Amino acid sequence: MSEVAIASRIPLDDYRALLGQGEIDELRVLAKPLRGRSIEMINSTAVGGGVAEILNRLLPLAEELELNMRWEVMTGGDDFYGVTKAFHNALHGAPYHADPKDFEIFLACNERNRARLPLDAEFMIIHDPQPAALIDGRKKNGNHWAWRCHIDLSHPHRGVWDFLDKFVARYDAAMFSSPEFSRSLPIPQYLFYPAIDPLSEKNRELESGFVARTLAQYQIDPLRPILTQISRFDRLKDPVGVVRAYRIVKRYFDCQLVLAGGSASDDPEGAVVLKEVQQEANGEADIHIIELPAWAPLEVNALQRASTIVIQKSLREGFGLTVSEALWKKKPVVASAVGGIPVQVIHKHTGLLAHSVEGTAYQIRFLLSHPEIAARLGENGHEHVKENFLITEKLKRYMTLFLAMARRN
Amino acid sequence: MNISETPFEFFTVSYLTRIGNQSAGTIAEFLKGLQECSDASIFHHTFQTLGTHHFLTEGFSNDFAQWAHADASREDLAEQLAALDVRDYLSIAALRGDLCRVVGEYCIEHPAFSEQAALDRFYFCESVEVTLPFGLTAGTLEEFRDAIQHLSHASFYFHFLSSRLRLQLQTNDFSHWLADGLGLGTLADSVNRIDIYTNTLDSARAKLLRLIDRERTKA
Repeated sequence: MSEVAIASRIPLDDYRALLGQGEIDELRVLAKPLRGRSIEMINSTAVGGGVAEILNRLLPLAEELELNMRWEVMTGGDDFYGVTKAFHNALHGAPYHADPKDFEIFLACNERNRARLPLDAEFMIIHDPQPAALIDGRKKNGNHWAWRCHIDLSHPHRGVWDFLDKFVARYDAAMFSSPEFSRSLPIPQYLFYPAIDPLSEKNRELESGFVARTLAQYQIDPLRPILTQISRFDRLKDPVGVVRAYRIVKRYFDCQLVLAGGSASDDPEGAVVLKEVQQEANGEADIHIIELPAWAPLEVNALQRASTIVIQKSLREGFGLTVSEALWKKKPVVASAVGGIPVQVIHKHTGLLAHSVEGTAYQIRFLLSHPEIAARLGENGHEHVKENFLITEKLKRYMTLFLAMARRN
Repeated sequence: MNISETPFEFFTVSYLTRIGNQSAGTIAEFLKGLQECSDASIFHHTFQTLGTHHFLTEGFSNDFAQWAHADASREDLAEQLAALDVRDYLSIAALRGDLCRVVGEYCIEHPAFSEQAALDRFYFCESVEVTLPFGLTAGTLEEFRDAIQHLSHASFYFHFLSSRLRLQLQTNDFSHWLADGLGLGTLADSVNRIDIYTNTLDSARAKLLRLIDRERTKA
């Protein structure tokens, strides 16, 4: 294990202009009874991935509120991460052939990490399956343990979940991103949402010149409607389905499609999917398939801000923070009713949901025909994110959990 | 200047959403869920959701109506569920009674629809509440006005909306104190008439401030 040092800090007061003084004061009110009490977050990676991104923003805010929050990262070898990657896919419902060795590797790594860490904070938050077995190191000092699961557990591989269940059931609480992901467990299960930081490079306001230059860089016409899906090239994000929906829309509207995602160069499966999308696009000039670098927050921000409509046509989705990002930018969103998306897109209030290629195309056509409705959905979506999916709200939810857990004792 | 013997103490509230064990895929299952779920679940999907979705002032009333509309595609049922006004209820039991009556009658009138699978299931959740003093008190109308300006959404919601169940008087904390603490019955009534279904929390607060200002100019 190693404690993570946070690189960038944004003062809490910088959020005042966005949220109002009352909301900042409320964070301080909730933090007051928790001041000085120890909190430990444990996950499996310090960089890359949504959890690390959130913790990087959460810890500095917690520190400003005088919360004693630490973040530790689990260490493990390639064999461990190979096993946990297979577990991850299996928990998402992918086929998996259980090998007893895999479970041994998982347990041995957890045991090694357990031996190196005191695990004695008053509130222990364990993120995702990789460190779940650390609960074996629970001390008899009455501290509180909660397991935060960020993945879609709606159709898990039975064998892998049965193995994890034995550990999870010994926590004091579990948190999921959607009620659909909850399991039959003897402990309280809470709804916890991922969050975006409105002041991060991916979400902060941009100069219009930067947005214009980004469009020019990718030869996108700023004068015609732009339909955009931001996501890695993954079949579960259904980029081919997006192209098909676009083709239906294109019969009625002279629009463009942007499919932008992290580079597929280091992901063999991603490269295959990218090729499939390119074949489907068949060189059409108005379909812009953009391979972004792994970390390109400003480009993503610019493409979202330039969009007329943002699409998220996933077939499966843990939460889909790209939806929150688009809503925060007041963009009308058309998205699939899967995973955590319906929590963000309240149909006909903060966006439109669809269940098929044809449905997606229909909703896009409807919004292109009714820009005033699109604008209202965007405004509502912005408010919805402000109330529920910002990093400050996430910190508030954690503090509420700590207070509720302490009260239960 | 009226000074209340009992100052108004402002609190704030924060909720965790606890995922329940029940879900419904048809309207018939939905009725069973409404009959069996906890009081905290009825509260969560009506009172609390009104607070978290306060910015929706057109067509959103409660989670039950939204599910009937968006997932079960039964507009007529959704309309009836949306028409239930939480301000009319002094107890969760009474609200649950009306919810069950509306859905039960629908199932009897439309037995075929009641067994049709919805696009997505309804998950019954419940609210776990943590309340804390907000650190503000008011003894006069001026102090009250000043505090109202500085409240968070949650604090405003706690006193203006969720307090109705606590008081069981078809009023809210603000109106209750304005009438009982400061003897301003007319102002209290006007405040109690601010419509939370057609206002956001911010616009309701702005109306409250305007009513207070009008009262102060009278004095």
